[in-house]
Amino acid sequence: MTRLADLAKTIRSKNAGVDLITFDIIFAERASYERVKRAGVVTRESICKLYGLAPERIADFVEFDPGNAIKFTIYRLRPSGSPGDPDIFGAQQYAPLLDIEVPESPR
Amino acid sequence: MQSLRIICPNGHLGFAPTREESFRLGVAARPDCIAADSGSDDVGPIPLGSGTSTSPLAWQTHDLELMLLASRELRVPMIIGSAGDTGADSRVDLFVKIIRELADKHRLPRFTLGYFYSEVDREHVRRRMRAGEAVAGLEGHRALTESELGATERIVAMAGVHPFIRLLEQGADVIIGGRSSDSCVFAAPAIHHGFPEAQAYYLGKVLECASFCAEPYGGKETVLGEVTADAVEVTAMHPAQRCTVASVAGHAMYERSNPYFEHVAGGTLDMSHCRYEQVAEKTTRITGARFRHADEFRVKLEGAGKVGERYVGMVGIRDPYTIAHVDEVIGWARDKVRERFGETGYELYYTVYGRDGIMGELEPNRHRPAHELCILVQGVAPTAAMAEEVCMIGTRQMFYARLPEVKGSAGAVAFALDEVLRASPAYRWTLNHTLRCDDPLELFPTHLVTIGQ
Repeated sequence: MTRLADLAKTIRSKNAGVDLITFDIIFAERASYERVKRAGVVTRESICKLYGLAPERIADFVEFDPGNAIKFTIYRLRPSGSPGDPDIFGAQQYAPLLDIEVPESPR
Repeated sequence: MQSLRIICPNGHLGFAPTREESFRLGVAARPDCIAADSGSDDVGPIPLGSGTSTSPLAWQTHDLELMLLASRELRVPMIIGSAGDTGADSRVDLFVKIIRELADKHRLPRFTLGYFYSEVDREHVRRRMRAGEAVAGLEGHRALTESELGATERIVAMAGVHPFIRLLEQGADVIIGGRSSDSCVFAAPAIHHGFPEAQAYYLGKVLECASFCAEPYGGKETVLGEVTADAVEVTAMHPAQRCTVASVAGHAMYERSNPYFEHVAGGTLDMSHCRYEQVAEKTTRITGARFRHADEFRVKLEGAGKVGERYVGMVGIRDPYTIAHVDEVIGWARDKVRERFGETGYELYYTVYGRDGIMGELEPNRHRPAHELCILVQGVAPTAAMAEEVCMIGTRQMFYARLPEVKGSAGAVAFALDEVLRASPAYRWTLNHTLRCDDPLELFPTHLVTIGQ
């Protein structure tokens, strides 16, 4: 079984404004991107399950072909930098994505 | 003009110093304009709320000096947006002052400095609300209430291209802008010289983060963008960097929820039909950008307000039984704060590193804590004295937590520091909203002065 971290060259999270955290999974080549899309292991539903989110917490979900990337964005519960916010830039929220298992392509 | 070439040396001027080697290469290419954005809401609410910069003065001065000298030597305009991290009035004044001092220091020949402000008075917003206008919320916010307005210390409106274009039309050689959309800093000179809006805004979109649109990763290096009637080409200046199809397309995603649309005052840049082509080793060409005018002219408002004074404390836990019951340990300490101060009038936060300190409720592994925990405590209250006491009780009382079956009866936590420390006051974002404007320049008064000898 292959991990997403083995296929993607970039997996990152960052603020998109003060109320949103956006996640990018960027593949080095089209083939890996297509394989992960076809496998259906990174979807709105799978992200909600992985992060324990209600569906309305997902603000956007995009498969961005020109960048060979899957991108999703979630609403923060409180705006960035509010007292108690442990990640002002939103840069360390992506770790659960690294271990997503990607099945082999069907032959 | 067949094409306009702009160099951008830094994605956030002042936040970390511009790297000079690639900037020199950019200047040697003889661009028509040198521009950078100097602000971001990424830095959190404290700078806007408190009227300060998080970027050090030395770095702001270093970068302004680099750009100003090159701009005057080439005799091309220099444009800065969102001065001083927030684009607040005091930050514009600061950058204008630095420019004056640099002009004196280098005995620069006479030039025209234009600047504009972006702060919006709370009373202005209140009057508009009372006249029945909705200050609409962005990204899930409901419409602005008087209560949230009252909690706001400072508001800035996000300018589009308009005040920059006005100042260019009036002959400004150097422009210091208040809060503005980053792409507009670059789109403005392109539009001023007659290039189509779609290409102009795309130019701004790709240049605004400087070398973040290039690979391999390396920030604070210069990139050069060239706009023509139907295309934008972007080139990395650093010898080791290239603007590739992947790096440029990837940049559309950076810090945005949607890679296809970029909203500015007055319209939306539509990148959903963009085509990317590698035309040289270090250069990518982009065509197919579109621009749609908004039906109603609205500007974005950002606002921040003070929550209170703040103290922080820190403890460690190593006993696995205590770790398994850390919520009860925290609960005990919270109860002690409640006994002293009641339920309201302060805020108390616990961040539990080793369990879910970084991801909070998003952490899937919170049921498998590490063998040791570190707990960061924050106490926030209207006065420093109260914040200190809230934090002191909230931290120290964890030592005295009573867990029925614990073996370690001499103290439940470890202190590296048996004190609580004063932190910067806590602020929060209170406005992420839009306001209708009758006139694009309405909220952005412009000024022009002559500087130099």
